[in-house]
Amino acid sequence: MIPAKFDYVRPSSVEEAVSALQQGGDDAKILAGGQSLLPVLRLRLAAPSVVIDLGGIPELRQISEDGDRIAIGAMAPHHDVLRDDLVKQHVSLLSQATATVADPQVRHRGTLGGALAHADPAGDLGAVALALDAEFVIAGSSGTRTVPAAEFFVDYFTTAIGEGEILTQVRFPKYTGWSTHYEKFNRTAQAWSMVAVAAALRVEGGSIAEARIGLTNMGTTPIRATGVEQALVGQPATADSVRAAAEHATEGTAAPSDADAAADYREHLAKVLTGRAVLAAAG
Amino acid sequence: MTATADTTALEFGKARVRKEDARLITGRTRYTDAITPPGTLHVAVVRSPLAHARITGIDTAEAKRAPGVHGVYTVSDLGADEVGMPCAWPITPDQKAPQRPVLAKDTVHFAGEGVAVVVARSAAEAKDAADLVEVDYDPLDPVLDMEAALAEGATLVHPDLGTNESATWVFDSGEAGTGGSVADAIAAAEADPDQVVVRRRFRQQRLVPAFMEPRSCVVDPTGEQIVIWSATQVPHILRTMTTVTLGIPESKLRVIAPDVGGGFGGKIGVLPEEMMTVLLARKLGRPVKWTETRSECMLTAHHGRDQIQDLTITAKKDGTITGLDVRLLADMGAYLGLVGPGVPVLGAFMFNAIYKIPAYRFQTTNVFTTKTLTDAYRGAGRPEATFGVERIIDELAVELGREPLELREQNWIKHEEFPFTTVCGLTYDSGNYEQATARAKELFDYDALRREQAERRERGDKVQLGIGISTFTEMCGLAPSRVLGSLAYGAGGWEAASIRMLATGKVEVITGASAHGQGHETAFSQIVADKLGVPFEDVEILHGDTASSPKGLDTYGSRSLVVGGIAITMAADKVIEKAKKIAAHLLEADEADIEFSAGQFTVRGTDKGKAIQEIAFAAFMAHDYPEGMEPSLDSDAVYDPENFSFPHGTHLAAMEVDTETGRVNLRHYVCVDDIGNVVNPLIAEGQVHGGLAQGIAQALFEEANYDDQGTLVNGTFVDYTLPSAADLPSFTTEIVSTPATSNPLGVKGVGEAGTIASTPAIVNGVLDAVRHLGVADIQMPTTSQRVWRAIQEAQGRSTQETPIDTHSPGAGLGSIDPNNPQGEVQ
Repeated sequence: MIPAKFDYVRPSSVEEAVSALQQGGDDAKILAGGQSLLPVLRLRLAAPSVVIDLGGIPELRQISEDGDRIAIGAMAPHHDVLRDDLVKQHVSLLSQATATVADPQVRHRGTLGGALAHADPAGDLGAVALALDAEFVIAGSSGTRTVPAAEFFVDYFTTAIGEGEILTQVRFPKYTGWSTHYEKFNRTAQAWSMVAVAAALRVEGGSIAEARIGLTNMGTTPIRATGVEQALVGQPATADSVRAAAEHATEGTAAPSDADAAADYREHLAKVLTGRAVLAAAG
Repeated sequence: MTATADTTALEFGKARVRKEDARLITGRTRYTDAITPPGTLHVAVVRSPLAHARITGIDTAEAKRAPGVHGVYTVSDLGADEVGMPCAWPITPDQKAPQRPVLAKDTVHFAGEGVAVVVARSAAEAKDAADLVEVDYDPLDPVLDMEAALAEGATLVHPDLGTNESATWVFDSGEAGTGGSVADAIAAAEADPDQVVVRRRFRQQRLVPAFMEPRSCVVDPTGEQIVIWSATQVPHILRTMTTVTLGIPESKLRVIAPDVGGGFGGKIGVLPEEMMTVLLARKLGRPVKWTETRSECMLTAHHGRDQIQDLTITAKKDGTITGLDVRLLADMGAYLGLVGPGVPVLGAFMFNAIYKIPAYRFQTTNVFTTKTLTDAYRGAGRPEATFGVERIIDELAVELGREPLELREQNWIKHEEFPFTTVCGLTYDSGNYEQATARAKELFDYDALRREQAERRERGDKVQLGIGISTFTEMCGLAPSRVLGSLAYGAGGWEAASIRMLATGKVEVITGASAHGQGHETAFSQIVADKLGVPFEDVEILHGDTASSPKGLDTYGSRSLVVGGIAITMAADKVIEKAKKIAAHLLEADEADIEFSAGQFTVRGTDKGKAIQEIAFAAFMAHDYPEGMEPSLDSDAVYDPENFSFPHGTHLAAMEVDTETGRVNLRHYVCVDDIGNVVNPLIAEGQVHGGLAQGIAQALFEEANYDDQGTLVNGTFVDYTLPSAADLPSFTTEIVSTPATSNPLGVKGVGEAGTIASTPAIVNGVLDAVRHLGVADIQMPTTSQRVWRAIQEAQGRSTQETPIDTHSPGAGLGSIDPNNPQGEVQ
C-alpha cells in the first residue's frame, strides 16, 4: 500500500492553491479529507505528479449564516457539519444524510466539499445538495463563480469544476421548519449507498405544499425525482398517496447494475425507499 | 454472560482481563513488519493479473535500473526450479498433488500468483520497480466451476495430472462396521410409504479469512542460525517445513512468531513468500523483509470454505432419522495447501453431529480450479458439516411438518446416554443437549417469539419474523496422534510444555502453542498459578520462538487449551513431584507424609512446612538436596490426547426479514455453549462473540466473487463486505459446563464454537421468516437482493439476472474495474 511518488504542496490561501493547481497541470490532484484519494493513491490506481493539500486554509472549514443561506466551507469535515446548530436548524436534511456517511473516523477526516467534488454517484451528499438547490462557489484564476446544483453534477466523478479551479464553499438555502429524512440502504452499516433517498417536505395543514426529492446511486449523477415531487404536491401525507407518488421514482433514472444490486432491484428499492423517506419526513 | 463474583482464591474460572492486551492495544508490541534488522532489504512480488496463462517472457531490465534496486529475480534466478511447497495431508494414497513453485515457472495457475520478485533498499523502491517488470502472457482458459472441471474434456489446471480431481475420500459406516449402509437406508426409505427421503444441495461460498495483520516475513541470515520472523500461527511447523522444503538443517533455523495479529487458520500455511524470503536472504547475505499489502493478502492468502454439498437424509414419518448421505465437491484452488485437502475430511466426522444416525456415508471429491488455494478457516470442515446437517434437519422438519427443535430432540443423544459412540466411530465423552437447549429457549423466550411469528404471518406484516436454530457440536483439541496417523496426516497432534522454576520463585512456562490473539498468556498463567500455588503475576508464558520453545505443534483447531493446557498441567505435576522430594528432605519427613496445597508443602499432622518458592531457591542453591536427584524442579511434558473434546451448544436467532426490500435484520441472538470447565470466562466470552460475528458474516455478508475470467472482483474491504460491530446486535451468550471427561482439566475448547454454530442458525432463521411465502432456499450470503429475488420468484415474478462481475462506477473503489486497474479515477 505504497503510493507512487508525488510532490506535495500545502498552500495557505485559496489564491495560492489555485496557482499551485495551475502550475501542477493536468495530473495535479486536490487533497481534501483524503478519504477517496488516499486509497486510490495507495492502490496505485492514480499517480498524480503533485498533490495539493487544502488542509492549510482555515477559512475553508468555516460554517456561517449568510442572509437566507447557510454557507459551508468546502473543507468542513462531515463531523463539523453534523454538529453544527445552524445546519441542524436550517438544513436538517444535510445533517441527517451526513450522519449516514461511513463511520466516525471517516467523518472526522472526510469533508463536505471533497465528497461533492469527488461526485461519486453512490455518495450521500450529492442528492441532498441537488434536492435543496445548493450553490457551489468555485474559485479560479479569474476570481470566483457560483454554479447551481442542477448544473454542478455532470457525469460519473465529473462536475462543473473546471481545470485549475477549486470548490471553496457550498451554500444551502434555508429550509427552516421543513420536514426532512434521508433513507439509506446499504450492504453493511458503513458501506456506500446501494440506493438512498433524500426527502424534504413543506407540510401545510396536513397536506404537502412543497416537496424536494433527491436520489442517490440511481444514475451517473445524483438525480432529482421531479415526477415524485409533482405527484406529492397538494396530497395528504398518507401511505396510499405517498406510495402512488413514489411510483414515479424511477423516472429519468439509469440505475447501475452490480453484484450488490442489479438495475431492476435498484429500481424497486428506489420506489420503496422514496415512499419510506417521504412518510418518515412527514412523521 | 455476566461473570460471577469470585468467591474462592482460585484463578481457574476468574474473569481476568488479559495481560497481553496493554501492549497490544497501545501499539507497544512489535509485529513482524516492525522488525527491521540493520541492513534489511525489502521485497515486492510481481503478481499475475491473469488466472491461467503461459508466461512467454519476463523483462526485468527496466526494473533492475530503477533507483535502490538490488536485484530482480525469477524462480530460476533463485535456483528454486525444483523447490515445491509442502502439502502435509495426502488424504488418499493416490492423491494428486501438483508441485507448487515458489514463483510461477512457465504457467500461472491463479490470479495473484507470484511471477518475479524485486529486492530494493526500501519497500517503496521495491514496489516502484515491481511496476516496471514486464511480463508477457499467453492466456489459457480459466477453470472456475467445480462440476465443469470434473466433466469430460474440461480444461485441465495441471495437464500433467490428467484430471482436475485431486482425490476422493470416502467414509461408509456400513463398511467401517460402525453403522448400517446408507444405500440400504435410502432404498428402504424410498420403498416405504412411512418414510421420507429429503435431498438438498447447499453451497458453501468462498470466504476471505481477513485477519487484521497482513502476512509478513523477515529473514536474517547473518548469524549461525538463520532467524525467520513470521506472522504465522505455526512457527514450529514452519521450521520443520523450511527444512523439508529447502533442505536447510532444522538446527540451523530459528523461527520466531512475535505477536501475531490474528489468523483464523489463514496463517496455518507455509508460504512461497516465506521460502522466497529465506532464499533471497541467503543469496544476498543480508536481512530481507517481505510484507504484503491488504490487496495481496485478499488475493493470495488462502481462502476458506467453497464446497458444493449434496445431502440426502432419510427418516421415518414419526421423525426418527434412518440415514444420512453426504457428497461434497471441495474447491482446492490451484494447488494443495498445507492441510487444505484434509479440511473437508475434518467435516466427515461431524455431519452426524449430535444425532443418533444409524447409517452414514460421506464422500468428498477435491477439485482443482484456477483460483486461490483454500485451506483451514476458523472451524475447518466443521462449519461446513454443521451447516449441512443443521440445514437439512430443518428441511426434514418442514417435510414432516414438525417443530424443528422437537425433531432435533427426538434424534439427539440424551444426556444419560454418554459416553456415546457415533456412527463415525468417535466416542463423545460428555454432553447435555437438553440442558443447553432448555436454557437457550428460556433466554430467547422461544415460545413468545413463535407466537409473535404467527401473529405477523396472520397480519401479513411487511416485516416477517423467523426463528433460526442450530444445535451444534464440534470436535476440538486436534488431535490424538493415532487418529491423525490413520488419516495419513503428516504430523502428530501432541503438544509440549516446560516449566522453569527460577531461583526467586518466579515461574517461566514454555508452551508449544502459538498464540495469535487467543489470550494464552493469561489463561495459561491462571492454570499454572493454581497448580503451583503461586501468584498469577509470578507466572510468565513464553511461546512462539523455537529458541525458547523448541518443541510444539502450534495453534489451530481449538487445541491450545485442550492439548497445550494439559501438557502444561502435566509439567506442573512433575514440578510438584520433584519439589515434594526436596521438601521431604529439608523437612526431614517421609515423602509420603508431605502434602501440597496452595503452594505450601507441609508435613501431615504438623505445622512444619515450606513454600514452593523456598524449595525452588533450595534447588537453585543446591547446598542440600536428596541424593540421587538432580538439583532442579524444571520439568517437561508432552501430551498426546486420547480423544477429541466435544463442545456443543444451542444457538437461536430471531431474524426479521423486510419482505418489501429483502433486508435481513438479526434482531436477537442467544447462545448457550457447553464448553466444559472454563479457565477465564471473559476470554471465553470474547471467543464466542468473535466467532459469532464470523459465522454470521458468512450467512449474511461475505463472499469472495470471481468473474468469468477468474479475477477476484471484490478484493478490497470496500467491496468484500466484512461486517462491523454496527451490523451486529448485542449477543446474549451464556456458558453451561458439563466437564469433559477426556482430560484432567475438564475443558473442551471454544475458539471455533461461535463460527461453527451460527451460520446455519442465521440461514435457518431467514428461511423460516419467508418459507410461508413459498421460498425454499436462499444461497449464502443471504443478501437483501437474494432474499428479495427469492420472494419474487416464489411469487411467480421473474427478475433480472444478477451480475457478479460488474462493477458499477459508484461506491468508491467499487468504481475501479479490477480487469483494468490502471484506469484513471477522478
